[in-house]
Amino acid sequence: MKFLKLDFPPYATGLEIAWFFAFRAICIAIFVFLVAPILVIIPLSFNKESFFSFTSGMLALKPEAYSLKWYRDIFANGMLAPDAPLSLDWFKDSWMRSQWMIALKNSIFVGVSATAVATTLGTLASVGLSRPEMPYRGLITGILISPMIVPIVITAAGMFFFFSQIGLSQTYIGLVLAHALLGTPFVVITVTATLTSFDRSLMRAAANLGANPLTAFFKVQMPLILPGIISGGLFAFITSFDEVVVVLFLAEPDQRTIPRQMWSGLREQVSPTILAVATILILISLVLLMSLELTRRRMERLKMDAHS
Amino acid sequence: MKKWNGKLMLLGAVGTLAMSVAAAEAAQLTVISWGGAYTKSQTEAYQKPWMAKTGNTIVSADYNGGLAEVKAQVESKNVTWDVVDVETSEAISGCNDGLFEKIDASKLPKGDNGASPMDDFVPGAITDCAISTIAYANVFGYDSTKFAGDKPTKVADFFDLKKFPGKRGLKKEAKVNLEMALMADGVAAADVYKVLATKEGVDRAFKKLETIKGSIVWWEAGAQPPQLLASGEVTMTTAYNGRLFTPAVTENKPFVIVWDGQQQVFDTWAIPKGSKNKDLALDFIAFSTGTKPLADQARYIPYGPARKSSAPLVGKFQDDKTDMAPHMPTNPANMGNAIVQDVKFWADHYDELNERFVSWIGK
Amino acid sequence: MHQTFDQKTLTRQLAAAERRNKVKAFLLVLPLLLFVLASFIVPIASLVWQGGYSDTFANALPETSKLLGAWDSRSPVSEDLVKSFVTELKASKLKDPAIPTRVATVVNREQSGSVSKFKQVMSASDLASPYKEKLSALSSEWDKPDIWRAMKIVAPSFTPRFYLQAVDLRLTAEGDIKPESDENAIHLLLFGRTLMVAALVTLFCALLGFPIAYLLAHAETKTSNMLLIIVLLPFWTSLLVRTTAWIALLQQNGVVNDFLVAIGLIDNDHRLVMMYNMFATLVAMTHVLLPFMILPMFSVMKTIKANLVRAALSLGATPWTAFWRVYFPQTIPGLGAGCLLVFILAIGYYITPALVGGQSGQLISNIIAFHMQKTLNWSLASAIATLLLIGVLLLYWLYNRLVGIDKMKLA
Repeated sequence: MKFLKLDFPPYATGLEIAWFFAFRAICIAIFVFLVAPILVIIPLSFNKESFFSFTSGMLALKPEAYSLKWYRDIFANGMLAPDAPLSLDWFKDSWMRSQWMIALKNSIFVGVSATAVATTLGTLASVGLSRPEMPYRGLITGILISPMIVPIVITAAGMFFFFSQIGLSQTYIGLVLAHALLGTPFVVITVTATLTSFDRSLMRAAANLGANPLTAFFKVQMPLILPGIISGGLFAFITSFDEVVVVLFLAEPDQRTIPRQMWSGLREQVSPTILAVATILILISLVLLMSLELTRRRMERLKMDAHS
Repeated sequence: MKKWNGKLMLLGAVGTLAMSVAAAEAAQLTVISWGGAYTKSQTEAYQKPWMAKTGNTIVSADYNGGLAEVKAQVESKNVTWDVVDVETSEAISGCNDGLFEKIDASKLPKGDNGASPMDDFVPGAITDCAISTIAYANVFGYDSTKFAGDKPTKVADFFDLKKFPGKRGLKKEAKVNLEMALMADGVAAADVYKVLATKEGVDRAFKKLETIKGSIVWWEAGAQPPQLLASGEVTMTTAYNGRLFTPAVTENKPFVIVWDGQQQVFDTWAIPKGSKNKDLALDFIAFSTGTKPLADQARYIPYGPARKSSAPLVGKFQDDKTDMAPHMPTNPANMGNAIVQDVKFWADHYDELNERFVSWIGK
Repeated sequence: MHQTFDQKTLTRQLAAAERRNKVKAFLLVLPLLLFVLASFIVPIASLVWQGGYSDTFANALPETSKLLGAWDSRSPVSEDLVKSFVTELKASKLKDPAIPTRVATVVNREQSGSVSKFKQVMSASDLASPYKEKLSALSSEWDKPDIWRAMKIVAPSFTPRFYLQAVDLRLTAEGDIKPESDENAIHLLLFGRTLMVAALVTLFCALLGFPIAYLLAHAETKTSNMLLIIVLLPFWTSLLVRTTAWIALLQQNGVVNDFLVAIGLIDNDHRLVMMYNMFATLVAMTHVLLPFMILPMFSVMKTIKANLVRAALSLGATPWTAFWRVYFPQTIPGLGAGCLLVFILAIGYYITPALVGGQSGQLISNIIAFHMQKTLNWSLASAIATLLLIGVLLLYWLYNRLVGIDKMKLA
């Protein structure tokens, strides 16, 4: 079905043609609903005033109603000398002191560490779960995926009480473990899905040829399930990068991540700087998604060229 | 081979990040305040000069008041906040409950005019566990473009939905709201706390609040009231006076403050019990409550310094054009119908009144 | 070299080999299982425990608790009880100055006004025998049974009173269960509201998601992938960002109101109130959860063969009948999976109602967080959280039975 193909067959009734357009109108409306909020953020981040509303100057497209000050604030907020001239020292000051830079460092550190833990444990578990002889597979899979289903407030509250008692509250380790926990369900789901199409006889062939189980895993199984591992890892990273409730309960001010900083920006500071951060994040997501799509298309073309 | 190189690089990157994250932790103080324009004024007047003078770092974070977070930290024996900006009533009740470290006020520096700290600080500014920095006022403000004819001038106008239609912004807390309701209901400023101490008085306050309940938009953060006015969600809202001043002066927003019925409060610095940086915290408090820093913060926000020696140093706003004096809560022109918050009353009754308030909101 | 063909030995060896394989498979899963157990199951179990246990009063005032247990809650309190109360309360302050107020707060939750009474006792310096008279002199409240009854309720460490409060019931001093007073009975209301919001959001997501999934499944790959990016872009954007965007769109001076005024549908003085209320919660949650509905439906619709519909049409069915009676039933697995997933996620939502819901759009997760962070009534927060958890687990079990966890696909 082509979206905008307009050559109707001669037997198409009036009702069918009307539905054709109505259906497309509905779909366009829903797409607008999906995308409009994202698009609205971008011009608002250039607001000269410190409010979340479009000023009359902005709507009239006057250039003096727009400003880059919130983008500057991302670097400057928290600096010792934000008005110093732009130099290497300025960037050093910003990198060490700016609240958003600290949040960025924390987000990446926690995200990468949590993803590493989640991917390792999750892949291992998936390999075990996909074996036909695995006992209690349904029950255990249910338990392993439950962190994704249980409401985040419950997880965060439970962790807060428990970690406080064992001294893991307000520590990086506690935060990384918490985020790893939230990321493993995604890894388990994607890797088990990939493993369903994995040909078990390859492992038997490797054993036949003299490989021990470890070698067989790394040299035969892992390369083939790598797309699943990467996809699961990506989901786990995004989950950690976007997570705010657990951080609200478990992190001290020094360990704030980007979402925690945004939460603070929405509640206590109410500053449009978070809109500037949001625009940057949206653009990064867009670039990532587009490049994934382009890579996929290139690989398909290569596959087709190879076959033709 | 390529795979292993990639993994090594990743490990290296994480390691460097970890080091830079850890390096930022040397000799630092965690200071908690109320966010927005207020934290900005403290950053400029207290934190930056102190960091420049001592070479230490300050990690600044915001909260919305109340003792809950401090209680949770002290109770779970995991105190990460070093200095907290608390209102006087919380400072007193928190001190009674052993939530704050005791501070010896005689060790504070003398005023720039030579006065001893006990003489220089205004009465009520020094308590066992806390030192006052500034006095601010709870007022209400409105968007002048929303009312074409008469403008609100007294507290009772806040509760007049017919003459001044539109929603009202109120802080999601019993403090300030109960006194405001009584004053709007006709209680004289001098009698407010006497009436509020009786059960009938409390019922009367809730009854008055009930008359506007359907039109209330609740705010929690000090930075929200100007946002609510700017977005049109409310036409009138209570606020900390400095938060309405800043957008009115720096961004020419049509926000007007009504001083009738203002309620003055002291903000103080306190140190949660068990803080790991107690000495550093005391040094910061001693510095920031000096004559000059207190006068300096008035360059950024119209809050009155707690030291008498700072008053003559208060001049103009940071734009060097606007005089701060007319916007100060203590200016006689603004004190026509004002009360000073009864901190002992709230130290004793906050828990139970706020519990009733929260249930009332929930229905 | 010949092997002995011993049937029994071979069976035993096979059984042993199979057991070894099972153990090997289990060992692979063990690290993650232990991790989930330690950092997830155990904390949640401690939450369930905390909902039924609160020893603040009993720890601070052990003798008084014993005497309160023996008291019949109706007759006047004995001098022994009052003496024990005053002495233990004063002594507790020496142990830790925070204890008296903590105890007072616990009692205050059962009897409003207790905190100030306790503070009175703490600041009185001349309390000695006869204690009962001395307390009466401080305040007439001590003569009434109310505050003593409240203490009797909070004295036992193991108590069902938090779980009861979570369903709007109250434990009395005699041990009866009574319904909560009207002003305080908000929990059942919130549970009901949460279920209703989750159901509405699921309905909206289903209605909006079905056409999109249909379009994606039937478009050619290039177009469908581009459209899939449009669907996934909100998914990859931070939740806080999306919620902020809705604030900017729906507020009084927001884009939607400005647009409606510009095209003349409403006039400037009567802008729609769409923010900080239930409407905002519904709209924002639908927007956030829509991709979770679209993806499962899309993956199921992709597998539906077109020839069945064509066959129906060729047999004389109208397009509507062909759709409703041939196509739609085949989409039900995807629709069911999406609906259940969205419903389960919606029930636990916290961030979106907290930011845009105002007061009328608060859900049960918000009150759990409220008790965690503001009132510090951790036992009540735990009790409510446990009830929510039980509800979610029931739905999760249902999802597993009908759809199967292992069949969850993430595109």
